[in-house]
Amino acid sequence: MSKKYDAGVKEYRDTYWTPDYVPLDTDLLACFKCTGQEGVPKEEVAAAVAAESSTGTWSTVWSELLTDLEFYKGRCYRIEDVPGDKESFYAFIAYPLDLFEEGSITNVLTSLVGNVFGFKALRHLRLEDIRFPMAFIKTCGGPPNGIVVERDRLNKYGRPLLGCTIKPKLGLSGKNYGRVVYECLRGGLDLTKDDENINSQPFQRWRERFEFVAEAVKLAQQETGEVKGHYLNCTATTPEEMYERAEFAKELDMPIIMHDYITGGFTANTGLANWCRKNGMLLHIHRAMHAVIDRHPKHGIHFRVLAKCLRLSGGDQLHTGTVVGKLEGDRQTTLGYIDNLRESFVPEDRTRGNFFDQDWGSMPGVFAVASGGIHVWHMPALLAIFGDDSCLQFGGGTHGHPWGSAAGAAANRVALEACVKARNAGREIEKESRDILMEAAKHSPELAIALETWKEIKFEFDTVDKLDVQ
Amino acid sequence: MPFQSTVGDYQTVATLETFGFLPPMTQDEIYDQIAYIIAQGWSPVIEHVHPSGSMQTYWSYWKLPFFGEKDLNVVVSELEACHRAYPDHHVRMVGYDAYTQSQGTAFVVFEGR
Repeated sequence: MSKKYDAGVKEYRDTYWTPDYVPLDTDLLACFKCTGQEGVPKEEVAAAVAAESSTGTWSTVWSELLTDLEFYKGRCYRIEDVPGDKESFYAFIAYPLDLFEEGSITNVLTSLVGNVFGFKALRHLRLEDIRFPMAFIKTCGGPPNGIVVERDRLNKYGRPLLGCTIKPKLGLSGKNYGRVVYECLRGGLDLTKDDENINSQPFQRWRERFEFVAEAVKLAQQETGEVKGHYLNCTATTPEEMYERAEFAKELDMPIIMHDYITGGFTANTGLANWCRKNGMLLHIHRAMHAVIDRHPKHGIHFRVLAKCLRLSGGDQLHTGTVVGKLEGDRQTTLGYIDNLRESFVPEDRTRGNFFDQDWGSMPGVFAVASGGIHVWHMPALLAIFGDDSCLQFGGGTHGHPWGSAAGAAANRVALEACVKARNAGREIEKESRDILMEAAKHSPELAIALETWKEIKFEFDTVDKLDVQ
Repeated sequence: MPFQSTVGDYQTVATLETFGFLPPMTQDEIYDQIAYIIAQGWSPVIEHVHPSGSMQTYWSYWKLPFFGEKDLNVVVSELEACHRAYPDHHVRMVGYDAYTQSQGTAFVVFEGR
């Protein structure tokens, strides 16, 4: 039936609030936490979010009659209270698949978290979760290699990977930097990492770093008989420079490079992931700027969404916080999104912050990286929380060792293996953590000293962003 | 000052990946690890190689993977038989996970020379 053009302003809810709608398997579903301006009804706020993040604009326009907007519009199909919060509510919105370009996370986010976040009728808005339909997932490249292939390439089985960031994070020359890499790797770490803000500064241009690091990696590999790697940060000023750095890492026969996916952007990230897939290169992903976006409980994007987006855009490892270290993140929430990085199906579970069933199909998994303010005493808890498919990274907890980075690395490796061995033998590693570590220290002076050095360090602050469950 | 006054010299050691930094396991400890492999539903696999080839991706299988083997004693006697047949080889125990097509775990039980 054709409709007549009726100029003017209609209420959003007349068009975009459809409580009877049953979402399709191919719809992209989103859950927003909405906090409206006083006096605006929930349905109107929720419908406005659906409209402004899909086909709508503030006024009726004649040109919408040239198409079938019923087919293209986003719809708010459910509103729910937020437990323990009277001013906010959840709006569930279904978007038809054809609103999005195939394989483009950039496009999805431009719609879902675009203009709508500045909308005046809202005080706050937070994208809590997205259910990506299989039809969309199948258009995304995803992790260039995934957990299984990464393990095979690095020859690491039955335990988390062990890494560390090179410190000081800024100011070392290429040659000095390579020395620190060598010390860590010869001491027993599997991987070392460029700090995120190491790109190509005057004190250390990227090519110089890459060359010295490659020498360090190869030497450590030769001397220890184990496979080693260093995440060479390819985040750069332009995509062209990013690819140039990636190509050089490949020329040096390095196994892994890295990218900062939020500051670098999703387009750059997806491009680099595709390059990695073509070139047999592993890809480590840092998440600088995430806390600006995800930490406020009422505004922004929850990290579980950013984590899902990364899995689709592409990366083999992603930073997820540590739960126990110096950075924000509670245990249940963290478990909720690391499931979404690694599993092939994740059921809706509000106690873990997951608002939807998420089927990942055959998409490979991403290693969860725990990094930031962790040391040997945290090892049992980290293994219990993150399991084997993780990468545990100790920066200060390696270089801060009184004997230096190699001994610090050895201490971490001994602690990790002792915890894995104890877990496999059926011991409760969190309850018995002290005994397990002290026993292991008997045959490792490096560990004994590490345990002594960091015995008093704790980071016990309340989490700012808590799960909305009571 | 107690520990910080002396800096020790850390010597690089050649190791064989998982559990390479722990002292050699006792027989009971090895049994525990094999029991873990079986309890996970993984298939026990025994592999061996001359130490000169320890960095190769493929080590030789001892016989075939012991698909579906649940008896700890069978696995242990096969490990020992492999070690007797190749006394100078590294022998490793692998827990093979057919679902992920990956190794759930792998560690060296006998080090060759």
